[in-house]
Amino acid sequence: MQVRSGFDRELRKLQDEVLLLGSMVENSIRRALDALNRRDLDAASRVVQEDDAIDRKRFEIEERCINLMATQQPIAGDLRVLVTMLHISVELERMGDYAEGMAKISLMMGDDPPLKPLIDIPLMADKATDMLRRGLDALIQRDTAAAFKVCDDDDEVDSLYDQVYRDLLAYMIDDPKTIQRATYLLWVAHDLERIADRATNVAERVIFLVTGKMSEINVSKY
Amino acid sequence: MVINQIGNFRDVLKIGQDRSGGSDNRPPNLERSEGYAVEITGLNAWYGEHLAIRDISLAVSRKGVTAVIGPSGCGKSTFVRCLNRMHELVGGRVEGRILFEGQDIYARGVDAVELRSRIGMVFQKPNPFPKSIFENVAFGLRINGYSRGEIADIVERSLRRAALWEEVKDRLNKNALALSGGQQQRLCIARALAVEPELILMDEPCSALDPMATLAIEDLIRSLAEEYTIVIVTHNMQQAARVSDETVFLTMGEDRAGFMVEHGPTEQIFTNPADKRTEDYITGRFG
Repeated sequence: MQVRSGFDRELRKLQDEVLLLGSMVENSIRRALDALNRRDLDAASRVVQEDDAIDRKRFEIEERCINLMATQQPIAGDLRVLVTMLHISVELERMGDYAEGMAKISLMMGDDPPLKPLIDIPLMADKATDMLRRGLDALIQRDTAAAFKVCDDDDEVDSLYDQVYRDLLAYMIDDPKTIQRATYLLWVAHDLERIADRATNVAERVIFLVTGKMSEINVSKY
Repeated sequence: MVINQIGNFRDVLKIGQDRSGGSDNRPPNLERSEGYAVEITGLNAWYGEHLAIRDISLAVSRKGVTAVIGPSGCGKSTFVRCLNRMHELVGGRVEGRILFEGQDIYARGVDAVELRSRIGMVFQKPNPFPKSIFENVAFGLRINGYSRGEIADIVERSLRRAALWEEVKDRLNKNALALSGGQQQRLCIARALAVEPELILMDEPCSALDPMATLAIEDLIRSLAEEYTIVIVTHNMQQAARVSDETVFLTMGEDRAGFMVEHGPTEQIFTNPADKRTEDYITGRFG
């Protein structure tokens, strides 16, 4: 006997909303980095403005979760779905804030060219957005193996971050006049490192959703 | 090189991590320090030719509440009626072993009436005697030959334990049938408590009550759990989640015989049950 089909539909709709939020955030990260690369201040401004839509979407998801908890009394797997969606939407919204942060750094840099050509920072961005996308795929598939893999990959982003840090430090030691411009790029790298960390949090939530076990899979260096 | 001596960014700035820590999530231990009040092995029960429950083995922890849940007809009530040998009163037959405080209750020579005096039972519909409030609680005590003074003390204590004393202390001689449904059920619980039972069985004790009276009874069950061993049958899963320490899930097979699927700590059953059938039932996908 199929019962609670309405509730099942609501749960699917909730997941769709979380995935939509995920794609908004991914888009925002990509555009923030692209604006930085191309020194496009208008594009950076748009990323800052559009963060409001991400914030609103997160609140909508939260409200949807709370309403379902209040009206459907979810337990066991259903409860884990709702708690997971709540957590993931918060993680995604924070990633959106980091994208906004990168766009604001672009604006602060103004017309100054970047201190050095961007090499590792775009790699970090690719890796972090890839982790985000695979974390959300693992959510769709309820795939713990894929989620574990996302957590493992955080080490690569951490290594790139170390690399960027060392390079920039060398510039700063060599010529203190570069400190301000180097610091801008360091902030961007830091934002990307945080995004990757949040992506591992998403993956950890997928593991909780499937297994009911809560644990920190890969403790970030940072 | 200087940079290598400096180390990485984190070491220099001593930035704290902002990730929340996980829990170790060890599975809770079912075997609590109080030990077991009832140990059931290979229990089968029939009504005539119909096998109502099949091969149930489990141990009921002493002190605390064990909830029995499952779809209609899965043998929940039959199961608890086997625990005080009430099943045989309705012509049922039982096989298997039930140890109550280490004693085999179906062994030859065991006095079923004496056994039932040690095991209180509260039914779905409150069933006070058509007597005064006081007499309802005193009834079992009179049979057991207590003195008048002792009886008055025990009646008061039992009504207090059942959270009814304040509501009835000025009208103990009024007819019990004038009480509300929730009060009548608490009176039945007081009546069960008066004879100091070692085990209390409750068969859907709230199904005839309104939500407020239900919550009052649940609150009472939780407070009694500190002193008593309680087994409660309920079709209300939220109630099982609210009141019990352990939950037993029964379902039935194609032959309509009930059997046990899972028994575990209530928190585990309601957050992460081990068996898919339990998950389907408690989340309302089946039954």
